Amino acid sequence: MATLGELAKYIRSKGAGPFWVTIDIFCEDEKSYEMIKNSNNISAGYISETYNVPEENVKTFYLDNLRVVKFSYPRPKIQGSKYENDMHSGQQYVLIADADV
Amino acid sequence: MKTCKVLMPSGGVGSGIHKEAFERGLNMAPDVIAVDGGSTDSGPYYLGTGEGKYAREALKNDLRIMVNGAHKLGIPVMVGSCGTCGSDYGVNLCADIVEEIFKKDGFRMKIAKIFTQQDPKTLKEKWKQGKIHPLEGAPEITEKTFDECSTIVAVAGIEPFVKALREGAQIVLCGRATDTADIAALPIMMGCNEAAAWHAGKTIECGGVCLTSQHFSSVMAEIDEEGFKVYPTIADPDVKATPYTISAHMLYENANPYQLTEPSGTFDTSQAVYTQIDDRSVYVKGTTFTHAKQYTMKLEGSGPVGYQTVSIVGIADKGVCADPETWMNNLTQDAVSKLNKYGFSPEDYSFDLKPYGYNAVTGAKPKKGMPPPREIGLMLIVTANTQELANQISKVWNPLLLHFPVYEGGLMPSFAFPFSPAHIEKGKIFEFKLYHVVDLDDPLELCRIEYVD
Repeated sequence: MATLGELAKYIRSKGAGPFWVTIDIFCEDEKSYEMIKNSNNISAGYISETYNVPEENVKTFYLDNLRVVKFSYPRPKIQGSKYENDMHSGQQYVLIADADV
Repeated sequence: MKTCKVLMPSGGVGSGIHKEAFERGLNMAPDVIAVDGGSTDSGPYYLGTGEGKYAREALKNDLRIMVNGAHKLGIPVMVGSCGTCGSDYGVNLCADIVEEIFKKDGFRMKIAKIFTQQDPKTLKEKWKQGKIHPLEGAPEITEKTFDECSTIVAVAGIEPFVKALREGAQIVLCGRATDTADIAALPIMMGCNEAAAWHAGKTIECGGVCLTSQHFSSVMAEIDEEGFKVYPTIADPDVKATPYTISAHMLYENANPYQLTEPSGTFDTSQAVYTQIDDRSVYVKGTTFTHAKQYTMKLEGSGPVGYQTVSIVGIADKGVCADPETWMNNLTQDAVSKLNKYGFSPEDYSFDLKPYGYNAVTGAKPKKGMPPPREIGLMLIVTANTQELANQISKVWNPLLLHFPVYEGGLMPSFAFPFSPAHIEKGKIFEFKLYHVVDLDDPLELCRIEYVD
């Protein structure tokens, strides 16, 4: 079984303002895009569990034209709060990259 | 057909300008040079103190290139979110730098300073009138929150830029503004397609990030009555705009990949059509813009929440590295019991341990079967209401960070401090406190414009 990091062309996470994080999963071809899009594991539920946010607050977008799966979620801690661990949220994608598709 | 060419020199004032690409852009006859100077990305400190992120000399370098280019062509320069957070200090700083440039280079142009920093009193009135509303994901606030912020800025749309241009300003230096407003203002004022102007703004606001090679290239957006064309100005033929790079840029730092809300309405790119019209240019049309029933400005506020002291200790001990969590739990218990014994009340301080090399960045437990880290850089962060208290608490931790045994009753190790003293005063810290919008009948109500002829 492949991990998301192995299947996707490029995954990035980034803050979308101080209160949201967004993760973009770019795919090289239709086959890997469909596998990721249809995966039961790569889902709002996984984001909720991994990043500690209520599932109903996770927004999921499938951009077929771009072959991109996008998740956005409110930050569990506001950006730059006392014990911030990733100011720009730029390293948070690593956790989802390890997920099995 | 009305057309407006906007030259974006780089992703931000102070981040550096590729001079050759910019010069080529000037030769393509732009109508305006627009650039964004700010962001909340670097955290609440900059807004809380009102200070900028970039070095003064870096700002001066970029502003000199832009101001001289604009003077040569007789076109305006628009700068949004001066000084990173768009505080009054940031606007005045940029204006002072521009004055220095005028003096040195022997010309002058009319400056407009647009201030968008807010008096908490004004906002408390708006709050009482029910005119301030939370955005999705906002923290709970009360009337007191406005006083707890050391700086509050309102995020401007195109309106103050347009007013300044109409009044003859050539260098427009704005406090906090949306990333797109400085770009969209002139084309909308000239009667180009409004949706296209906003969408062009979002596309080029990060400079070359919307291109195939994320160079520090300048980018041109040519907005007309139907759509917009976008292309790099750098000579390198391998740097291109493609339908993929341009449409994918809507994803960037944007929670919703199709829509972006501005003070006057929302633009939607879900029906946009992206066409490659030559080797390096893309034409975009079909974006829509819906005017909001109520004009709103977003509010950003940050205020002090205490003082921090930081200690860092290096650990290569195999026993600790084999099971960092057990060791850190025991260490924490011991430290807390010492702090209690010495009379420090747990309400007066808080702390966090970040084991770099183990899981400080993600906070997640390592997957099963992962080898133990070779070294851990353990960071202790203490927060208290005064610097002195944060220091004292760090000093209670100090001998434990140095000598805490790997297992109870074990030999006394000595871990590796890189500094003497082992703690560093981090000073006052800040947190974002507002993620709200304020309803306004007059788009200029919260903006003050000063002109310097």
